[in-house]
Amino acid sequence: MTDSNQGERPTVGVVEELARDDVQRKHFLKMAGKGMGSAAAATGLAAFIAACGSSSSSSSTAAGTSSSAAAAGTGTTAAAASSSAPSGDLAIVNYALTLEYLESQFYAKVIKSGLFHGKNLAVIKSFGAEETQHVIALKKVAMSLGTPAKEPMGKFPIHSAAQVTALAGAVENLGAAAYLGQAGNIKSKEILAAALAIHTIEARHAATINLLLMKSPTPDGAFAKPMTMAQVLKVVTPFIA
Amino acid sequence: MNTPENTSPELAGVEVHGMTRSGFILKGALAAGAAYGASAVAPFVGSALAASTDVDILNFALTLEYLETAFYEKGKTVGLSGQAKSLAKSFGDEEAEHVAALMKAITASGGKPVKKPMFVFPVKDQKSFLKLAYVLENTGVGAYNGAGPALKSKALLAAAGSIVQIEARHAASIALLTGMSITPNGAFDKPLTKKQVLAAAGPLIKS
Repeated sequence: MTDSNQGERPTVGVVEELARDDVQRKHFLKMAGKGMGSAAAATGLAAFIAACGSSSSSSSTAAGTSSSAAAAGTGTTAAAASSSAPSGDLAIVNYALTLEYLESQFYAKVIKSGLFHGKNLAVIKSFGAEETQHVIALKKVAMSLGTPAKEPMGKFPIHSAAQVTALAGAVENLGAAAYLGQAGNIKSKEILAAALAIHTIEARHAATINLLLMKSPTPDGAFAKPMTMAQVLKVVTPFIA
Repeated sequence: MNTPENTSPELAGVEVHGMTRSGFILKGALAAGAAYGASAVAPFVGSALAASTDVDILNFALTLEYLETAFYEKGKTVGLSGQAKSLAKSFGDEEAEHVAALMKAITASGGKPVKKPMFVFPVKDQKSFLKLAYVLENTGVGAYNGAGPALKSKALLAAAGSIVQIEARHAASIALLTGMSITPNGAFDKPLTKKQVLAAAGPLIKS
């Protein structure tokens, strides 16, 4: 089944099935709201959700504009206080950092599970190491701009090799779409260069896992589809404790 | 003959001028993270970049897409089989779509698409074909990542991003087929200067 035009976009429905969990979004927001008012929380996940909640357009540029404006308006104080750097960039970097934390945690958990061996395990280990490098680099970038996002507590269902591989595919394809969705929103050319350099790594990971799943390495066809911050956060919410 | 070499200024080796303090700190942060050295970041800022128009950059990309499309066409004659054959077919179709999209974007920007050059691909069988495919797709990734930050239009940057992701997916697929590294640059794909791209692709362009 390799119809290259068939969308492999991880929908909330598919991801919930993978999560086999029943997370209350309200409960999550309540948990994330703890510590609101501190500078650190301002750049945390709750701030992203608040910023992205006002995003109504599916176009990445328009969404980015409104979410940057919303981020500034809803008081990402740490970002706004960093007057020498574009405040929108810190929010984007912290968003990417959060996703990378989750990916890194996911792979660590998969490696620990003992579900994979040989060549497949080697691939998983190398992907995990790369996500960890992304965390390190993005955290440094965030720190140069303001307060870095706190590491979230990820929770991933790990049941079987097949289920985990499918989840890995969803995660990596989501990551690639997330970076693509922000490319047009980043103001600093250096940060844009870093984001582009990471974006294509997520794409390599995604294509590899798609092929291991006997799916098309280019599920969107010739042009990869971006996802907005709001769309991505909706998908990852079930994976955050 | 109208190649990017004649129409675009050299992007490589430019100095960074008037960098803000936060930019300087940021560059240090990136270098400290072992993600980038100054030489990788420097080509993206500075006066020489400002002289490169979006149309120039798109035509540069178009030349590469012409090349990749022609390469996958050639692939139909070297006796590919199995997954190599099916992926080469779909990848070639995707590169052709990139050609069409770039030509449209160039025209819409008021520019003129460069003409398709003649190419020569020294490949004779599946092994040599996939080896060169790996080089070309990875070069494509580096080219787009290198040129992307120089684009002035956000819409064109989004389009370039949408295309480079596909090139990366192609590169990884070929890696998986051949046992070569899925991430030859490690955790961060390297942006290539125009000079570096032409060093890799230039020998294949005959006119």
